Amino acid sequence: MNTIEANSVVMKKLLIFTVVMFAFGFALVPFYEKICEVTGLNNLLQADTLAENPQVDTTRWVTVELDANIQGLPWQFKPLQSSLRVHPGELVEVMYEVKNNSDREINGQAIPSYSPQLLAKHLKKLECFCFSKQVLKPNETRQMPVQFVIESGLPTDVNTVTISYTFFELAGANAANLVTKTNQS
Amino acid sequence: MAAVHDHDVAHAHDHHPSGMMRWMMTTNHKDIGTMYLWFSFIMFLTGGVMALTIRAELFQPGLQIVNPEFFNQLTTMHGLIMIFGAIMPAFVGFANWQIPMMIGAPDMAFARMNNWSFWLLPPAALLLLSSFFVPGGAPAGGWTIYPPLSVQMGMGMDMAIFAIHIMGASSIMGSINIITTILNMRAPGMTLMKMPMFVWTWLITAYLLVLVMPVLAGAVTMLLTDRNFGTNFFNAAGGGDPVMFQHIFWFFGHPEVYIMILPAFGIVSEVIPTFARKPLFGYSSMVYATASIAILSCIVWAHHMFTAGMPVTGQLFFMYATMLIAVPTGVKVFNWTATMWRGSMTFETPMLFAIGFIFLFTLGGFSGVICAVVPIDIQVQDTYYVIAHFHYVLVSGALFGIFSGAYYWLPKWTGHMYDETLGKVHFWLTMIFFNLTFFVQHFLGLAGMPRRIPDYALQFADFNMISSIGAFGFGLSQLLFLYVVLKCIRGGAKAPAKTWEGGKTLEWTLPSPAPYHSFETPPVVR
Repeated sequence: MNTIEANSVVMKKLLIFTVVMFAFGFALVPFYEKICEVTGLNNLLQADTLAENPQVDTTRWVTVELDANIQGLPWQFKPLQSSLRVHPGELVEVMYEVKNNSDREINGQAIPSYSPQLLAKHLKKLECFCFSKQVLKPNETRQMPVQFVIESGLPTDVNTVTISYTFFELAGANAANLVTKTNQS
Repeated sequence: MAAVHDHDVAHAHDHHPSGMMRWMMTTNHKDIGTMYLWFSFIMFLTGGVMALTIRAELFQPGLQIVNPEFFNQLTTMHGLIMIFGAIMPAFVGFANWQIPMMIGAPDMAFARMNNWSFWLLPPAALLLLSSFFVPGGAPAGGWTIYPPLSVQMGMGMDMAIFAIHIMGASSIMGSINIITTILNMRAPGMTLMKMPMFVWTWLITAYLLVLVMPVLAGAVTMLLTDRNFGTNFFNAAGGGDPVMFQHIFWFFGHPEVYIMILPAFGIVSEVIPTFARKPLFGYSSMVYATASIAILSCIVWAHHMFTAGMPVTGQLFFMYATMLIAVPTGVKVFNWTATMWRGSMTFETPMLFAIGFIFLFTLGGFSGVICAVVPIDIQVQDTYYVIAHFHYVLVSGALFGIFSGAYYWLPKWTGHMYDETLGKVHFWLTMIFFNLTFFVQHFLGLAGMPRRIPDYALQFADFNMISSIGAFGFGLSQLLFLYVVLKCIRGGAKAPAKTWEGGKTLEWTLPSPAPYHSFETPPVVR
């Protein structure tokens, strides 16, 4: 085999390797999600499970404030009650209401956010509208539940917590629109 | 270069275009190496002007010269330009000039592709730089282009993404060329373990490049589709994850820092034995240490993300793996020192830069081990301590390596000796002003001054003023380097074929300047 042929063999191998590594970059995406799922690092979209015998601590009250935001989509979004008092360990259900003010069908995804941050460790959600995307037809109104337990492990110096949701428009046909709006805001 | 050009005119049988077209069309590894080196020097000055603007703003507390938005664009572009425009092309320039001459090959394996890989760079650099002039300005979210900032920015970001694509393609083509040349075109008798150390470090670097450059291309492609085509790789609202970008980016980014230092290791491993007049101590351990560094560099990426949210097991793994890299690096530093031990040393400019490299790079290595300790990293992350650390390994590491190599091989390239006195002056100015600029940044970082901010609290004022003075001194000193190089190209004492008494590698068997076509009949290595 002369040098030119030998060179093109090496080049072919390296080009294939390059393409494989490009694909590997994209393969890291499902791999990353799988790792997060297996290790439970990032399960925003999954329901939590409760401990076997959740102890209700009736001696303690925690004030839960509910918050709702929208980011760049023509919806109205609010909780039906702005705050409530719960015992740690107690199963509660609250309702949120969302209304599509526009005359087009819109896919939205709610992303939760907690304050203080350590609430994330002690908040177990059994049911939430944020586990899946919400599709609202033009001018549709929907009431959606959140079922949760604040575990009794919540440090005793925390008396008020905030659960906040922000609706984002799921990209797709209107992605460009979303990007522009995000830029402006 | 004029000298090479004159030489070609003398050999009229080398039919090739002259003037501008000669450089556009050339497939000669020496021409292409020259273009790479000049391109990287121009980019070095461009990135340097940005750095000096940053330092001018930081000379005093308060906002004086640039507004914060532009300051952010400067820090981002300084990083991108220096990494992709200055350091990496400079090493590819060295590879082009030296690898064929050091392994006894007539040219690179794919000469036409070599031309393409160079000529991709100037358009990419123009694209990147012109992002300053579009609405929204240049990318301003840091050179690491983390989302969500990089997803929200204006079209300057798209231009940067395309520029990174093009530069990445150029690097991959260059690497394929280098690997093929080294594997297939060595002179008879030159086994892998007889190759000069510079060739070894470049072989390993080129493998790292084809390993991680495509991953960066994938990451910025995802950014591009997130920005323009409605995907949600990094958009939390759509089920994506911005932290995932950091993982993918640093899977590229950490090997990248070794891509920028390994060829400098190679240059220093050539220069030290030459001026100590002893063979390199522990050659095979040098090869294995380089390979170990390359392999380890692929499993430590998350030490850039200790504060991004990670289980403690992950932090421990990445901390220990990172510290492990200090072992092969220590082997190399030991070997360089042992090479000098009882050598008949002389201190010409290349040797000064090589010794400066060992001294300062090791300091940067130590601060790297300190940054690798999780609790300390949590304290110093995003402070000037990190800036000081990576400038000690990138400026007094990679850049000092480049200067050392440039002085070492300039006589071979131009046929003239450079001005030794001016070279030494350049070294000492560079050495002093470099430390003036960056050593004090350790203190700033430990005291808590954050990076990428155009203003700072009053207690940081003195050290920042020292650092800015150092930076201007450092920047101006580099004009002296330009003068020395130009002077060397235009004339000077005739350099003998074996310019340096201790030079043992094949390029010293060629006349100076190296003929336009060399080793058309391969030499035989015993």
